[in-house]
Amino acid sequence: MAIFSARLFFFFPILFGHGIFELEASHHIYQTLQNLDEFASATSQPHRTGYHFQPPKNWMNDPNGPMIYKGIYHLFYQYNPKGAVWGNIVWAHSTSRDLVNWTPQKLAIYPSQRSAIDGAWSGSATIFPDEWVKSPKNPVMAPTPENQINASSFRDPTTAWLGADGRWKVVIGSRINCKGLAYLYRSKDFVYWIKAKTLLHSAEDTGMWECVDFFPVSVNSSVGVDMLSILGPNVKYVFKASLDDTKHDYYTVGEYDPVKDVYTPDEGSVDGDSGLRYDYGKFYASKSFFDSAKNRMILWGWINESSSVSDDIKKGWSGIQAIPRVIWLDKSGKQLLQWPIKEIEMLRTNAVHLPRKVLQGGSVLEVPRVTAAQADVEITFKVSHFRKAEGLDPSWTNPQLLCSQKGASVRGSLGPFGLLVFASKGMQEYTSVFFRIFKGQNKYVVLMCSDQSRSSLNPDNDKTTYGAFVDVDPVHEHLSLRSLIDHSVVESFGGQGKSCMTARVYPILAINEDAHLHAFNNGSKSVTITRLSAWSMKKANIN
Amino acid sequence: MKTSRALTAVFLSLSHVPLLSIFLLLTRFSFVQSDANMIAQTCKQTPFYNLCVSSLNSDPSSSKADVRGLALIMVNKVKAKATISLHLINQLSQKSLGLKNPLSYCADNYDAILSADIPEALEALQKGDPKFAQDGVKDAANEANLCEAKFHGKSPLTKFNKVVHDTSAIAAPAIALIYIYTIIFFSSIMLV
Repeated sequence: MAIFSARLFFFFPILFGHGIFELEASHHIYQTLQNLDEFASATSQPHRTGYHFQPPKNWMNDPNGPMIYKGIYHLFYQYNPKGAVWGNIVWAHSTSRDLVNWTPQKLAIYPSQRSAIDGAWSGSATIFPDEWVKSPKNPVMAPTPENQINASSFRDPTTAWLGADGRWKVVIGSRINCKGLAYLYRSKDFVYWIKAKTLLHSAEDTGMWECVDFFPVSVNSSVGVDMLSILGPNVKYVFKASLDDTKHDYYTVGEYDPVKDVYTPDEGSVDGDSGLRYDYGKFYASKSFFDSAKNRMILWGWINESSSVSDDIKKGWSGIQAIPRVIWLDKSGKQLLQWPIKEIEMLRTNAVHLPRKVLQGGSVLEVPRVTAAQADVEITFKVSHFRKAEGLDPSWTNPQLLCSQKGASVRGSLGPFGLLVFASKGMQEYTSVFFRIFKGQNKYVVLMCSDQSRSSLNPDNDKTTYGAFVDVDPVHEHLSLRSLIDHSVVESFGGQGKSCMTARVYPILAINEDAHLHAFNNGSKSVTITRLSAWSMKKANIN
Repeated sequence: MKTSRALTAVFLSLSHVPLLSIFLLLTRFSFVQSDANMIAQTCKQTPFYNLCVSSLNSDPSSSKADVRGLALIMVNKVKAKATISLHLINQLSQKSLGLKNPLSYCADNYDAILSADIPEALEALQKGDPKFAQDGVKDAANEANLCEAKFHGKSPLTKFNKVVHDTSAIAAPAIALIYIYTIIFFSSIMLV
């Protein structure tokens, strides 16, 4: 591999009984991604993104080994060179100087013809701080009858880090029945790895832990922390697992004992389905990396399609990546905040700033002069009339269910109010992202929903509604919502990054110039829009 | 899955379980050899027990198949049923029945099943990532439903779509059992 120096090393899970995977030597023939002419027409491909990363065609899933190396950002991703469903998986590769515009590279890794390999699966990359002499042996961590690791549930290693004890450490997710586990492996030389006797972390009834991630965050600062640096009391740890059972990414915040190599979530930080998610919509197999150039933690996530496979075959592609997000610990210490990288704002043009306005109950306000199918919009609401808020039934603990039952067309008192995106001229199609405010036990509760039920006249899509509670106090704070809109994706950020929700939609009418963007209030009480800014987004070189 | 969970809980507390019960459980859930009992246990985890049992029994290799083998049989059953459906769609399309549009859609649905979902499921089963095998068969069930819906109640394909849907709906939980039985396999090796 000409691109990587000897200092980079990749981890792959070893499939039981199928041998060791090796990086290809440069004399092998590489496949290249084919050119884009047939996909240039916007009308024949109304749902391809303008600024979200995706290959020119075919299937993509997990992001792998994201990193910055010698000033260049690298992204690898699971890719099928032959079709629009999962299969024939290889590691494809792109590079960027700004995390916005990407240059495709040759396929990084694909199965060698010499070994009986079944594919290049998800893994991580570690950059060594020192010179490293290539070993003729590849490191192996494998499930065997001796270590009793479940062979079909042992995958996705994290990036390795160097502990204070001078040994390298890496975490791999697995399961025993319905208990999710994270095994920790240690090594002195990066070749021979020994499984630690105690698990780094585990939790009952969570199922298989895929794509385990484990990293430090600063307390009281949005500046990122590198796992390799000396750490003090101003650092907490985040443990994240992608749960195979529910296809969601969950995380906890807690403490890490670097001597015993044990992670303990904080009181109230819960693993599994009742815990916090990176994103309450479509966002999976996420991977973070420390951006040493700008001292920040960046998160990538795979957003799969909500269309049927027959539609995916017709359009010839499946899978996009989310816009990279910066992640840091909220000042409460109880949750992470996520926000799109600042660099994405370089695509903003033709800003539209609407003046402060009271939005009466039952009204809609169009945002003019914006390319509504490819936009970035930020809106902030101020709410009063709190005594009129609907009561929150104590049994309403599932926000997703609550949003499904109370969609945008269900009138409330304080809400629903928010945005209508990908709206067709006659409102036959629209996707709504909105808030509702309820009176809870001793405080007001904010519910955020992304309602796709009217998103498309095509009946073949998955139009599941998404929901999450947002930890903001609407009495003392304004409610903010930002949505990144890009042809078939809406990535929404509520409460300045406290609750994130990503949805895929495939309108038939509301495409390109025929898409409209509105603010709306379908509650009985008025709300005040204190800020509404929208930008048309330029096209990025996504591949 | 509840039965399996109880069984694996037994295996995980090996030191506390009398040896005789372990032996009995081992012979019952042997990884290598299947019997009518394994077919029954597998089919109990699916929504169409009778269809599952008759489908598996109709394939002579099922008596020697392990859990992965049974899942493969089911996936190939979906393939066989989908092939029949597509054949019928093509025949009907040649007659001028005024059903050109929905039949054309259905041809796309079944093309997706045969050229994408089934190969995905087979590759995933062969390479040991049941998750994508489940995605494949779940979409197959979905495509059959989408085809049926295109006729708005006047479908000439109802029986065929139902068979494809139900066979796919059996295959998904059968695939999920591969996770559970692999654990039992490793636990049982420890005792031998």
